[in-house]
Amino acid sequence: MFDLRDLYQQVIVDHNKRPRNFGKLTEFNHDADGYNPLCGDKLHIYLQVSDAGVIENVSFEGEGCAISVASASLMTDALKGKTMQQCEEMFGQFQHMATSDLAEAPDEEVLGKLTVLAGVREFPSRIKCATLCWHTLHAALKDSAEPAKTE
Amino acid sequence: MFDIEKIRAEFPILSQQIHGRPLAYLDNAATTQKPQSVIDAVRRYYEEDNANVHRGVHALSERATAAYEGARKTVGGFFNTRSVREVVFTRGTTEAINLVASSWGRANIKAGDEILITHMEHHSNIVPWQMLCEQTGAILKVVPINQAGELLMDEFDALLTERTKLVGVVHMSNALGTVNPVADIVRRAHAAGAKVLIDGAQAAAHLPVDVQALDCDFYVTSAHKMYGPTGIGVLIGRESLLREMPPYQGGGDMIRMVTFEKTEYNDLPYKFEAGTPHIAGAIGFGKALEFIRGIGFDAIEKREKELLAYATAKAADFDGLTPIGTAEDKACVLSFVLKGIHPHDLGTILDREGVAIRAGHHCAMPVMQFYKVPATARASFSVYNSEAEVDALFAALTRAQEIFG
Repeated sequence: MFDLRDLYQQVIVDHNKRPRNFGKLTEFNHDADGYNPLCGDKLHIYLQVSDAGVIENVSFEGEGCAISVASASLMTDALKGKTMQQCEEMFGQFQHMATSDLAEAPDEEVLGKLTVLAGVREFPSRIKCATLCWHTLHAALKDSAEPAKTE
Repeated sequence: MFDIEKIRAEFPILSQQIHGRPLAYLDNAATTQKPQSVIDAVRRYYEEDNANVHRGVHALSERATAAYEGARKTVGGFFNTRSVREVVFTRGTTEAINLVASSWGRANIKAGDEILITHMEHHSNIVPWQMLCEQTGAILKVVPINQAGELLMDEFDALLTERTKLVGVVHMSNALGTVNPVADIVRRAHAAGAKVLIDGAQAAAHLPVDVQALDCDFYVTSAHKMYGPTGIGVLIGRESLLREMPPYQGGGDMIRMVTFEKTEYNDLPYKFEAGTPHIAGAIGFGKALEFIRGIGFDAIEKREKELLAYATAKAADFDGLTPIGTAEDKACVLSFVLKGIHPHDLGTILDREGVAIRAGHHCAMPVMQFYKVPATARASFSVYNSEAEVDALFAALTRAQEIFG
């Protein structure tokens, strides 16, 4: 049987308790709001992107469940030093992982540590908690004025 | 003698396992489960009597009409209406409130008038009035609450003026469990010349409601929170008000005569029931009320008080738990937050232990804003719940704390 520990792995519990890159960046040139109207989770993402299109710094603020906070924390860790194109690829792979069949192994080469969130596949009502930060990142990269939504 | 096993046996859904554990269904404020008698009545209607009502002269239509109108009588009797003309079937509480806001509101509310609601209303008793205010230029006023989740009645008196045309108040809060002093509110509102709508969605399965004793102008509720089907509810309105109100929707069944020049509307309550109604739902609603009457409110209230006291005592001893809503007069709802664990994570973890609760804002975002929490976890009880299910809830909360260690 699928165990709760597959969802709430130690890494996730740890990132929820001590989120990395939490707070507002002093210097940023992209940012966006994210909102999940179903549960009220709110995120704000700040990005400092170089002229060459490389993410130099990234942070987030907000409140939400352990899955959404840990996902944002892990995401911000993973994005630093990546190009915008690499970010888009990771977003695609992450979304695929969160919604794919349980039997399919996630792409560890692209996703690295983010694969600890693969457990959300077993919990359909929680997939959006994990992907909210990615939708928000997407909105920030596009400088969208509208808050990102998971709906 | 209250026989919990006998009552549980009437609900087929309760005997199943969820993720290998016995189901503990503690989300009754969202919707209650249905007894076999209700399920059978709905099935029997479709198997034996299905036809449209109020028009056919054939046997099936006559049987369907008799059953549908029989249900109306049952509803009227249950709430002690003056007549069945005061019983308007709707899709539920939400539609009933929208009906009043739209029909009574547009005929009676003008710029500068005030609608008075409370801080603990469900969105369905906030938004229709906001829409009415936007359309008419009326003003929405809100009675504040205290930390326990009780209405500040002094503030209510101060806000109630000759400008107040309607008071909309929830009988029992779905997010907090607070039971409001509605009879007192009706008296004070009437003295100020205001009409009163009581949202009984949460209350009607747990407390006896006598609309004549309450003397309210509108009482609204939903069948599905009273062991009945979804998609059916009722607006109970004072006949003199309903008679003066314009129709809500136009269509079949709500007319007496139609020409292209002029339409004559039907009598009460049909004037407000345009289109083919939810016949099976109304029949199931009637059966659900018979189920409640079979147990009786004395037994229901006694049993649910015991359960709430049992759960409240456990909650008081539980490390890190903060109850939200501690009104002196409350029923059936244990809303809370647990230190360091978001309610949605609790919802998922409890589900894996077989315990169904609600996590979220409970369609009462202003209540969350008042307590400065994004969401709460809510266990809500019903007459078929057991102490063992409350134990399962707290065992699952301990499991959540282990995971989040």
